[in-house]
Amino acid sequence: MDLHFGDSEPTDEERAAVDALLGPPESSWEGADRSDTDLRWARGGREARDRRDLLLPGLHAVNDRVGWISEGALNYLCRRLTVPPAEAYGVATFYAMFSLRPRPATVLHVCTDLTCAAAGADDLCAGAEARLGPGSGVAVERSPCLGLCERAPAALAVRAGDPARTAVSAPATVAAAVRAAGAPDAAPAEPPAVTAVPQAGDPSLTLLGRVGVVDPASLDDYRAHGGYTALRRAFALGPAGVIREVTDSGLVGRGGAAFPTGRKWQATASRPDRPHYLVCNADESEPGTFKDRVIMEGDPYALVEAMTIAAYATGAHTGHLYLRGEYPRALLRMRHAVDRARARGLLGDDILGQGYAFDIEIRRGAGAYVCGEETALFNSIEGYRGEPRSKPPFPVEKGLFGKPTVENNVETLVNVLPILTRGAPAYAATGTPDSTGTKLFCVSGSVERPGVYEVPFGTTLGGLLEPAGVREGLRAVLLGGAAGGFVRADELDIPLTFEGTREAGTTLGSGVVMAFDDTVPLPRLLLRIARFFRDESCGQCVPCRVGTVRQEEALHRIVERTGADAAGDIALLREVGRAMRDASICGLGQTAWNAVESAIDRLGAYE
Amino acid sequence: MTVTPLGIPRRLLEFTLDGEPVRVPEGTTILDACRAAGKDVPTLCEGDTLRPKNACRVCVVEVEGSRTLVPACSRRAEPGMEVRTGTERARHSRKVVLELLASSVDLSTTPRVAGWLEEYGAEPDRFGPDAARLGEEPRIDNDLYVRDYDKCILCYKCVDACGEQWQNTFAISVAGRGFDARIAVEHDAALTDSACVYCGNCIEVCPTGALSFKSEFDMRAAGTWDESKQTRTTTVCAYCGVGCNVTLHVQDNEIVKVTSPHDNPVTHGNLCIKGRFGYQHVQNRD
Repeated sequence: MDLHFGDSEPTDEERAAVDALLGPPESSWEGADRSDTDLRWARGGREARDRRDLLLPGLHAVNDRVGWISEGALNYLCRRLTVPPAEAYGVATFYAMFSLRPRPATVLHVCTDLTCAAAGADDLCAGAEARLGPGSGVAVERSPCLGLCERAPAALAVRAGDPARTAVSAPATVAAAVRAAGAPDAAPAEPPAVTAVPQAGDPSLTLLGRVGVVDPASLDDYRAHGGYTALRRAFALGPAGVIREVTDSGLVGRGGAAFPTGRKWQATASRPDRPHYLVCNADESEPGTFKDRVIMEGDPYALVEAMTIAAYATGAHTGHLYLRGEYPRALLRMRHAVDRARARGLLGDDILGQGYAFDIEIRRGAGAYVCGEETALFNSIEGYRGEPRSKPPFPVEKGLFGKPTVENNVETLVNVLPILTRGAPAYAATGTPDSTGTKLFCVSGSVERPGVYEVPFGTTLGGLLEPAGVREGLRAVLLGGAAGGFVRADELDIPLTFEGTREAGTTLGSGVVMAFDDTVPLPRLLLRIARFFRDESCGQCVPCRVGTVRQEEALHRIVERTGADAAGDIALLREVGRAMRDASICGLGQTAWNAVESAIDRLGAYE
Repeated sequence: MTVTPLGIPRRLLEFTLDGEPVRVPEGTTILDACRAAGKDVPTLCEGDTLRPKNACRVCVVEVEGSRTLVPACSRRAEPGMEVRTGTERARHSRKVVLELLASSVDLSTTPRVAGWLEEYGAEPDRFGPDAARLGEEPRIDNDLYVRDYDKCILCYKCVDACGEQWQNTFAISVAGRGFDARIAVEHDAALTDSACVYCGNCIEVCPTGALSFKSEFDMRAAGTWDESKQTRTTTVCAYCGVGCNVTLHVQDNEIVKVTSPHDNPVTHGNLCIKGRFGYQHVQNRD
């Protein structure tokens, strides 16, 4: 590799931001002043390149400090990490949260996604844009779902600096959002995570039982409420015993694909290639999903413990927690929890005196829905563009850094705790034979009490919506988010299980349950979904890169049309949708037409 | 003496291709097997000197038991696999992929694509006159080659050839995301401000003519480019001792383009700036 750097130099601030992450440069090859030793010694080859995975944290460091990434800053970062500038540019331009052009230090991200749109996000956005014009020092950006659907409409202000400041305004008014952007430090504190759990206090809660009960900052409080009993039991069972328990429990992945967790763990554990890695997918970006955020904000140590158990079972000594970039409070809580656990010997070289070493690295996403796809997430951690890889090989064989990797969603992992403390048979007694345990549902939209609900698998859709206080005039429910599907208001008897939703021709997905009443214009909603997929397509494969654009164009044409006037474009949508589903590389393209199709077929959106 | 490496003998495996049993060496891709069986599967992003990227998805085939279609170019044949190449489902996806490309990209210089559009009954016009196109202008920022990204299908071949698969220069990358993704050097600067070493190995692998010799670009613009009038002479580059094969494309007694045979064991189609572009002295008549 023959690196070529331009003449642009970083500012002192940019240099300081990068050095705060990487330490001072060791030699002039990395950007320090030239000394005699540099003429005799250079770090080269693999050793120089093996820090590529710090590229994304480096881009964050600069963007956090200055608000955008200049040519000089990118140059310096590339020099420090031995990354070709063209590649780093490709990576930086991949993520929505980074800007390669100067912009104000404060960015106000206003969510314009489904729930927020139904709650008046357009007016909020227009109002904020009118008040925060050029010269205000704030850039207003329309954002996909911020995962604050229980408090729609939502806005997130991010002010660059040392450290960067954030403020959440939700439910937001124009005045509140503008105030938050103007003075993030002075913004009113966010309500505690438990306000997103309407069932709080219900003794039957398993996964959410500690949210609002324990102090999320206190490890002692966590332990006083049953924390770390599951890990002790794991050590008593041994890795194979843990995998057996998880397999017997019937636990399947909660991220959307519903793959049996025990089988995944077994497949990784049995690979001879070392090291093994554990990755926790906390890049919760499916519009309408916020359950993982609530767990991380309300019970962060549970995730630390669950990751430790998963790593122990699969023979991993490093775990990566890939946390969504738009979740500042979850990041803060998880960082604190990991630090505390490390300080108390619950992470590190010798956990609980058992001679088992494990530690967690937290990585922040930077605004890319596709990075929730497991292999795209690996690329993102490794410092490459977050583009999905083609499978096979599967992650259990070649995952993060090309090594056997087990990747699980946050909710999947925290399920391991009750499996171990209660035992697999007791766990499997809840739910149905094919969908065991409880499931978290993110209920939002046209309901009185939006939030995360924990119910046993098998509860009907109506049985979930009733306690949430569904409002009059329900027209449709979106299950599974943008990648999911709509069902009608008269289909509330659908059992919420993997097999039940499959039988009903829809999907549980990641647990989104979004209710829409008859005042919401359906074609506009579909157009928003189509725009989401167009914006979030990574661009790697043709069916998704161009197909999502053609889908949006066709939906745009028929937004005011029905019947025969829309028939031609609906036929076109079906053809493009079928090719996206059949021929796209990853789940993003394969599901980009699901919601639109279900709205046409089930709801008669254009009749 | 030319030594032909034979490689380690590979076991044969058997699978079903369009109902016929076929035996291929382990590690063979479905595409290799199709070609060996004389089946024509369209490909765009596949390159004979590069690892499959399977980005274009025009080579998709149906595999029994697979939820989605699979790319023939990268999926390896497995024992007992049942592959069907010409099903309605596979043909539908190929048709739509060709339509999506033809409606957004200038495919006028892509070999064979006109035939495939006809074969699959593709109608790129049906997305309407307002269908978004790339809308890129040719970038002429140096004397050697032109980057006409209006013709780019984003197959990643130039990036792979420039990067770790051949040249190790890493001058270009995919930048941006989705429909706005483009091949670019850092900060989308001019090529002359980049790490480019002008080996032209990206031109060699470009399947659509988005990257072309300046001479070819100018002649096409003037309407004088005519491959039927060109001769190809493969000779040995005279610059250094490596002995790369160069193929001189000559029209009207002028060298108009230089390539290298892809099966040449030294070059694999790659050259350096001297072999690729340093031919002017041949034509210097002063």
